[in-house]
Amino acid sequence: MQFKAMILDNAEVSPGYWRMRMTAPAEMLEAKPGQFVMVRVNPSIDPLIRRPFGVFDVGTLQPAFTGAAPQPYLEILYRVVGKGTGMLSTLHANDILDILGPLGTGFENGPAGEEKLIVGGGVGLAPLYLLAKELVKDSPVRLFAGGRTKDDVLCITEFERLGVECYTATEDGSLGECGLVTKVLEQRLDATGNKGQIFACGPHGMLKAVAGIGAKRSVKTQVSLEGYMACGMGACLGCVCQGTEHSAENPDYRCVCTEGPVFEAAELKWEGN
Amino acid sequence: MKPAMSVEIGSLKLRNPVMTASGTFGYGEEFSQYVDLEKIGAFVTKGLSLKPRAGNPTPRIVETPGGMLNAIGLQNVGIDAFIQKKVPFLRSVNTPAIANFFGYTPDEYAELASRLDAIPEVAALEVNISCPNVKQGGIVFGTDPNCAASVVAACRAATKKTLIVKLSPNVTDIVEMAQACEAAGADALSVINTLTGMAIDLERRRPVLANITGGLSGPAIKPIALRMVWQVAKAVKVPVIGIGGIMSATDALEFMLAGATAVQVGTASFVNPAAAQEIAEGMEAWLAERNVADIKSLIGALEG
Ligand SMILES: Cc1cc2nc3c(=O)[nH]c(=O)nc-3n(C[C@H](O)[C@H](O)[C@H](O)COP(=O)(O)OP(=O)(O)OC[C@H]3O[C@@H](n4cnc5c(N)ncnc54)[C@H](O)[C@@H]3O)c2cc1C
Ligand SMILES: Cc1cc2nc3c(=O)[nH]c(=O)nc-3n(C[C@H](O)[C@H](O)[C@H](O)COP(=O)(O)O)c2cc1C
Ligand code: FES
Repeated sequence: MQFKAMILDNAEVSPGYWRMRMTAPAEMLEAKPGQFVMVRVNPSIDPLIRRPFGVFDVGTLQPAFTGAAPQPYLEILYRVVGKGTGMLSTLHANDILDILGPLGTGFENGPAGEEKLIVGGGVGLAPLYLLAKELVKDSPVRLFAGGRTKDDVLCITEFERLGVECYTATEDGSLGECGLVTKVLEQRLDATGNKGQIFACGPHGMLKAVAGIGAKRSVKTQVSLEGYMACGMGACLGCVCQGTEHSAENPDYRCVCTEGPVFEAAELKWEGN
Repeated sequence: MKPAMSVEIGSLKLRNPVMTASGTFGYGEEFSQYVDLEKIGAFVTKGLSLKPRAGNPTPRIVETPGGMLNAIGLQNVGIDAFIQKKVPFLRSVNTPAIANFFGYTPDEYAELASRLDAIPEVAALEVNISCPNVKQGGIVFGTDPNCAASVVAACRAATKKTLIVKLSPNVTDIVEMAQACEAAGADALSVINTLTGMAIDLERRRPVLANITGGLSGPAIKPIALRMVWQVAKAVKVPVIGIGGIMSATDALEFMLAGATAVQVGTASFVNPAAAQEIAEGMEAWLAERNVADIKSLIGALEG
């Protein structure tokens, strides 16, 4: 779906991290956790191609004046890393954006009652909030959130409000455990005898570590990947990643935008990447 | 008064001059929920080879000022899967589908041309000659007039359908290439494919693309494309299809003034999946506002 969204709110929630809420058509409420949107930052040619962002949250707002229909909204959580995200951070309420979405596959929830272990690194937390919102309906959910410093660990209060048990780790020790969040995840798996399944999104190095942990302990692991995207709909073939059996002789490229961004970690090739 | 919008490319009649460019529109189906395919003139499918091709390692794409570089490496499903999985969709759409293809020897080109010739759903063929000739030390077919002519002649002998040849801009003299292809039997010329470029990551001191170089497309290449279309259109009798950085109806109309009979919209479809349709509608509105009765009157009508 392609639609025009009006920005309702755009605020810096932690240094360098912004959360934007915008209007959306009702169809957006059907977005599955893990799906993403392609945002045209402005109508000019700079930046030219759209920028992909995970769906952080969707919902409806009751307008202040009675009688009006509830307004569906979409939220993204983004980190300013370059030109496009820099420009997004300068937009204000009532500015208009052109959006494509929801795109891609989402996470599969897995059986009710099973322990769900959500792992997020930095802004990788973005697509995991909507996931947690779904999962808490029928399962115990634990969040493992990591970042370089406490400023890189986002929206923990929101997760706690959902009833998610949160574990944090920072590389400088400014919040939670000092070190990598994957260590905290391993401690939990040790304590429970490798129960449940893992859902992860974050930097490639973290995903690779999580995939390794899942594989070693036979815990089902889903990861949400990034790829450099131009179209978001399987046409440009820019965003591909490698399947398990990929080699120069037997190439196995998967489209992150249409076959992903969520993959079972066991389907992907991690060595050398 | 509604202006007449139809144009002809060889024996192919298009309802309007706007097509989508190969490699930027998948096999048509990917875009069908965003564009009314029956509002555009034709669509060109992703470049096909005899065998499926995996393409290059990533990163394959990077944005550059006003454009993007791509080094996809011609990843495609191959002709067999195309026939099995993609052709049924083409049948369901009342808009001509043009199959773009490439090979590594003139024989491969000819075999593909004859196999595509046999598919009723394929309305016309577009030959991509921006590929290395493995038999002749990897020289790109499209950069040598004799090489290009041999490919075009081989394809010509293998098909009766409209044969469009897509020229590479990475040459010293595009007119010489165009004339060689016309003489070898091309029914039309697509001008231009991407320009070879490069991007560097300063801090890492590395090229951004895994392939080091890639093809530049988007608004950044429009002035070059316009110039090449103008040069080629003056020098050949066959219709020219203008391609390169077309983002709007104005851009498309400029290409027609420069001599193009039709245009292809590439990168713009990534930015706005409905671009081709909006451009076709915008062109019609432009003509209507100025009481131009027939779009054909614009072709090559550049003054001065
Ligand atoms: C499926 C998916 C979901 C994502 N979700 C989020 C999210 O929820 N929050 C968030 O902050 N970030 C997310 N990202 C990353 C985000 O898209 C990039 O940070 C953003 O595009 C950077 O744009 P820029 O213009 O600021 O950066 P630029 O200055 O253009 O580039 C900086 C870096 O950003 C990346 N990048 C730039 N353009 C693209 C592109 N078109 N596609 C992919 N990567 C690109 C590249 O790694 C590049 O080196 C997601 C990426 C993908 C693929
Ligand atoms: C991602 C991508 C893939 C492409 N693949 C092909 C291809 O398979 N065959 C081909 O002839 N041209 C291919 N092209 C070139 C386009 O069809 C077009 O000639 C070029 O992009 C210039 O037009 P534009 O500036 O409107 O994009 C590709 C371009 C892009 C951006
Ligand atoms: S972003 Fe174009 S194919 Fe995935």
